[in-house]
Amino acid sequence: MTETPTVQFLSVEGEFAPTESAEEYRSYLDRLSETDLQEFYRKMVVVRRFDGEATNLQRQGQMALWVPSHGQEGAQVGSAYAARPHDHLFPSYREHAVGLVRGIDMLAIVELLRGNTHGGWDPADPTNGNFHGYCLVIGSHSLHATGYAMGLQRDGLVGTGDPEVDAAVLCYFGDGATSQGDVSEAFVFSASSQTPNVFFLQNNQWAISVPVSVQSRVPLYLRSRGFGVPSVQIDGNDVLASYAVTAKALDDARGGGGPQFIEALTYRIGAHTTSDDPTKYRENAEQEFWVKRDPIVRFEKYLRSLGEGDAFFDGVKAEADDFAADIRARTLVLEAPPIGTMFDHVYSEPHPVMTEQKLWLERYESSFQEEQA
Amino acid sequence: MTTVNPSNPTTAAAAPEVQELPMAKALNLGLAKALADDPKVLLMGEDIGRLGGVFRVTEGLQAQFGADRVVDTPLAESGIIGTAIGLAMRGYRPVCEIQFDGFIWPGFDQITSQLAKLTNRGGGAFSMPVVIRVPYGGHIGAVEHHQESPEAYFAHTAGLRVVSPSTPNDAYWMMQEAIRSNDPVMFFEPKSRYWPKGPVDFTGSAAPLHASRVVRVGTDVTVLAHGAMVSVLMQAAEIADAEGISLEVIDLRSISPIDYGPIVDSVTKTGRLVVAQEASGFVSVGSEIAATVAERAFYSLQAPVLRVAGFDTPFPPAKLETVFLPDADRVMEAVDRVMAY
Ligand SMILES: Cc1ncc(C[n+]2csc(CCOP(=O)(O)OP(=O)(O)O)c2C)c(N)n1
Ligand SMILES: [Mg+2]
Repeated sequence: MTETPTVQFLSVEGEFAPTESAEEYRSYLDRLSETDLQEFYRKMVVVRRFDGEATNLQRQGQMALWVPSHGQEGAQVGSAYAARPHDHLFPSYREHAVGLVRGIDMLAIVELLRGNTHGGWDPADPTNGNFHGYCLVIGSHSLHATGYAMGLQRDGLVGTGDPEVDAAVLCYFGDGATSQGDVSEAFVFSASSQTPNVFFLQNNQWAISVPVSVQSRVPLYLRSRGFGVPSVQIDGNDVLASYAVTAKALDDARGGGGPQFIEALTYRIGAHTTSDDPTKYRENAEQEFWVKRDPIVRFEKYLRSLGEGDAFFDGVKAEADDFAADIRARTLVLEAPPIGTMFDHVYSEPHPVMTEQKLWLERYESSFQEEQA
Repeated sequence: MTTVNPSNPTTAAAAPEVQELPMAKALNLGLAKALADDPKVLLMGEDIGRLGGVFRVTEGLQAQFGADRVVDTPLAESGIIGTAIGLAMRGYRPVCEIQFDGFIWPGFDQITSQLAKLTNRGGGAFSMPVVIRVPYGGHIGAVEHHQESPEAYFAHTAGLRVVSPSTPNDAYWMMQEAIRSNDPVMFFEPKSRYWPKGPVDFTGSAAPLHASRVVRVGTDVTVLAHGAMVSVLMQAAEIADAEGISLEVIDLRSISPIDYGPIVDSVTKTGRLVVAQEASGFVSVGSEIAATVAERAFYSLQAPVLRVAGFDTPFPPAKLETVFLPDADRVMEAVDRVMAY
């Protein structure tokens, strides 16, 4: 296997300096208007502010847990932007920026991690941008994404040549997930059926406390090739690389070219979750190395080099603050779900045990009210 | 009413309304009917296409419906179930074949953590109409992993429905009902019953998928089982008759949920219950029924509920399978014990 150099458009200093391997993807950037570039920046900043607010809310007891996305905004926003409205996106649990780009109400993620729901947003609701549910069993959703893509094929929505019709499935997972059998099986099934899947790996260097070197002795993008799934490695903290490479992969997949695999090199700046303590297993120097490669700082430098001024950046900051304030306000008034709802959706059709136990619980609960009265 | 023979619609008019068929063929016709009725139905599994499955349950279906509807998948159970879930999310109704009971475990995580929970996780936004067909049980003299009865693992999992037919007629109708269900259904096919013939009434209509049923009326002891063990109970009932003991036989049909109505009615009448199964007895379907009947029919019981089950060992090598698997004599041993109270 020959290794191909990482695709990058923006240098760490924010200069437009495509690597040789980026040339192939350069034309995809022509699709972007100035407004699109502004949107890239806006979404990255808003989601980072959201993420910070949610972390604070967790610290203040409003959530059992928070899963930070800090540092991975470039990989997420660029790739999510590359998807068309009728594409489908299957996240794992850290893809907050993808959810934001696809238009879900971000409070739904807070509700999940607060313990109010197990997910709760309806991917079939058009306002949710075909953003499927979070999935906590590492790697398991890669097979759902593959099956979903098989469904698109059966529905005749692949390779027609009509951009309004053809669709693909973009599936996100982490470096730890690549060791799961389900991810290998997803490669097998998608290659076998030549499904319109793009598997997007965010290699954030860590699976909780375990470094990526434990998961693989070769760069992870090479993993899929033995399965017959072509792959490319990108600088995941370069939002332009993330956009362009994902756009091409999705185009190929929609067109009937079969599955594609992208490894985005990035870094989890924060803890794995709010329950984690990264000082126990990693060095400050590593974090500093990656902070210098921050996707937002880099892109701001680039936008300033294009002439964007303080008014824009200040405006985005104010917007992000408003967004966070709104999330905080709505979080503080969230109430626990009614107890009976526990039984309501275990099955789609009536089920005698659910009916019986729901009734029993209602009677049991009301017996205490009678005692108090 | 004219009868449609789903395996060959062109000769439908000539087909008799009731046919003597083996269960494997009845399942085949049930699958064919479901494939013909609903374009969203598809079959997935290992060797189910050209070969027709190792038990020939899907024989001829790929030729009839095409390789798109009857799909030979890669050899990976988690992949089969996981992609079926994705297809169900997209509006399809996949029917997955697990080649043998003991090979379901690589797919266990997808079944219990995903298939069973996704409707609940999504707050009811979507349903999971997936059927998983599992040829199960002993009496076929096979090597390790080919004779097991894992149904209790799935009955324990909220979000799944679990059924097992004991006759060709039920097999034909229950298969169609399972495919029509919007919930995931674990469909346990008693493989030792694949070949004996029984009547299939094509003019009938489907009994409710989750109804239990009295299949032999008696007065002294209620005996209850699902799948292949029902025919063992029928043999025991003959033996008991000769001894002057009248057994009422109940075919459970559905393992989750369990239809307790006919069971409690029967026990109220007989005062005695013996539950039988091929699976090991510890934490099993029989244990659950024993506990519930003790709660619901306590004052009618004249003896403790007894369980007749496989031993709490791994399924033994085939030369010992008849020792492991309860037969009519083992059932009678329990019947004699409950009669002694
Ligand atoms: C099957 C499974 N095993 C273990 C866990 C516990 N766990 C949660 S996240 C995680 C690490 C995942 O690492 P990676 O795939 O790199 O994703 P990241 O969290 O870095 O985004 C582990 C071990 C799990 N959720 N699922
Ligand atoms: Mg990771």
